Amino acid sequence: MTTALLDVDRVGMTYSVGGFLNRRAIRAVDGVSLRLESGKPEILAVIGESGSGKTTLARMILNLTKPTAGAIRFLGSDVTRIRANCERMAFMRRVQPIFQNPFEAFNPLKRIDRYLFLSARRFAGARDPVDIEAEADKALRQVGLSLAEVKGRYPHELSGGQLQRIAIARALVSSPSLIVADEPVSMVDASLRMSIVNLFKALRNELEVSIVYITHDLATAYYISDRVVIMQRGKVVESGNARAVLDNPQHPYSIVLKNAVLSPDDAGKPMSPAGATTALSANAALNAERKP
Amino acid sequence: MSAAGPPQGTRPLAGAARSAGRGEPTSAPSPATERVLTVRDLCAYYRARHFGVRRDVRAVDGISLHVDRNEIYGLAGESGCGKTTLVKTIVRGIRPPLAVAGRSLTFRFAGQDCDIYALPQRELENIRWRHLSYIPQGSMNVLNPVRRLRQSFVDFAYRHIGKPMPEFMQQVESHLERVRLEPAVLDSYPHELSGGMRQRVTIALASICRPDFIVADEPTTALDVVVQKAVLGMLHDVQQEIRSSMILVTHDIGVHANVTDRLGIMYAGRVVEEGRTAEVIRTPRHPYTSHLVASLPRIGDMTQRCGLDGAPPNLADPPPGCRFHPRCRLATATCRAESPPLVDVAPGHRVACWVTAPPTSPVIVQ
Repeated sequence: MTTALLDVDRVGMTYSVGGFLNRRAIRAVDGVSLRLESGKPEILAVIGESGSGKTTLARMILNLTKPTAGAIRFLGSDVTRIRANCERMAFMRRVQPIFQNPFEAFNPLKRIDRYLFLSARRFAGARDPVDIEAEADKALRQVGLSLAEVKGRYPHELSGGQLQRIAIARALVSSPSLIVADEPVSMVDASLRMSIVNLFKALRNELEVSIVYITHDLATAYYISDRVVIMQRGKVVESGNARAVLDNPQHPYSIVLKNAVLSPDDAGKPMSPAGATTALSANAALNAERKP
Repeated sequence: MSAAGPPQGTRPLAGAARSAGRGEPTSAPSPATERVLTVRDLCAYYRARHFGVRRDVRAVDGISLHVDRNEIYGLAGESGCGKTTLVKTIVRGIRPPLAVAGRSLTFRFAGQDCDIYALPQRELENIRWRHLSYIPQGSMNVLNPVRRLRQSFVDFAYRHIGKPMPEFMQQVESHLERVRLEPAVLDSYPHELSGGMRQRVTIALASICRPDFIVADEPTTALDVVVQKAVLGMLHDVQQEIRSSMILVTHDIGVHANVTDRLGIMYAGRVVEEGRTAEVIRTPRHPYTSHLVASLPRIGDMTQRCGLDGAPPNLADPPPGCRFHPRCRLATATCRAESPPLVDVAPGHRVACWVTAPPTSPVIVQ
């Protein structure tokens, strides 16, 4: 058996909230297991409502938060055991994040090329300015931009779609083998969304990067991902081949989720007044049933 | 605040509205065809001055549209195309540097025409919430964070309802039931509620006075799909029940398909296509609309979708001719030189494009 690229083994994350007298534990992530094989790049979509633990899971994979239970192994070594700075840098070189809001991800007072140059110096081992610029330009060309368009500009001078592409280029500078993208298209509008989504497909096919794609948009997940994991209240309720799961969801929550997707094909059909309530009450019923 | 009391019919408008009531048609033309809002050649510019050089950002540039009674009008387009500026101008929620450069904007409330830009501030305050309410962008973050929701309802609606406090509170509670919220939420602060609940409170706040016209700017962005569908359903139900007209702004075509009656597609400060929602989505005529609709992924369909290349134009220096021509595959010499007018291609379906809708058609609007 080969070593997995990423092996998330029954991880859990418990936050404790409240004061001295009413302390409660919130299980944000509860016994989640995932596996991405090395040498077989794929896009794994993690779908779920807000508060289902998607972002916590992403932060644990990126080693920004320590899980309270279970283990996350990247190429066989436990990421929480990373102590030395050089080990952490090596890990960051292989695993890179992309965040939800490109306007918040970059400091508005700093030039945008700074992020690319810093990553090139830290992770790509480029030393002199010519090499650094060449590395940044190479990464930008992979996302359909060039350094000439970006150099010396501030985030407010670029559109949301361009900024998100630059965020992806920044992640690509270190030639990672895993990208964790936390809702990368939810702040980008519909006409630009597909160019970002197609870019992820190209990264998987051409650069052989595996992607953990976190989203609540079922339509794009169906379109790009190979496998999906549906999460509710910290637990995986359904997982498997993306097409099989989304064409024919089995778990009641997955069915609720699929029925709530508003399709442009519904144009002209009257919105059933009961439809809204059913979606919400079905969800509420599911939540109630899961309460201890 | 409560000392001010409700306006006691000092204005003919409020008095007329109260006596007429909602639902029962007055002597005015039949409510199905009454135009509640008529906008003609509206221009709104962000006026900036750098070292004495004036620079106008033409966010809304010559828009004409109308909204009928009991109709939901949708506005779609990419970010920065002027959707929010347009609705801010419609509700007179503008502040410098945004200025209205040219306008003809008429509301028809309770059988009377009303130009909200000609009204003094006091009159405007009486119109707002009672006849015209606005759900601003990021509606989950617009509630006053240091006031309980009960106080927010009093701040906004008490003077317009004109009932003693206990009855007013009863009305608020029964109205909250429409958006399926418990009366207990009135005693909480906004941060104690989830995003979906806060958006429902904002919808309740905007509809409590049964206004003739509601403007909703991205009421469901940042909500997850299940909650989004529920919130939209409630917004739709409330609108049907109080029979008001509505403008709904969002870039999500799926939302428009499910909620709106008519849809206007905006590009770079102009309306490029307008018609019945189903017609615009099924048979788009403008290349931008076609692209927008074709790029949407659907569950159960794996055909290749592509995004739109290029960047939206800079509105301070828009391209000459049709503003879409630098990104359009069908662009011709005419497109580069002259701006296309909005022409009728079918009853109620207007398109501004030299190629797909050449203005040889008999009726030329604008």
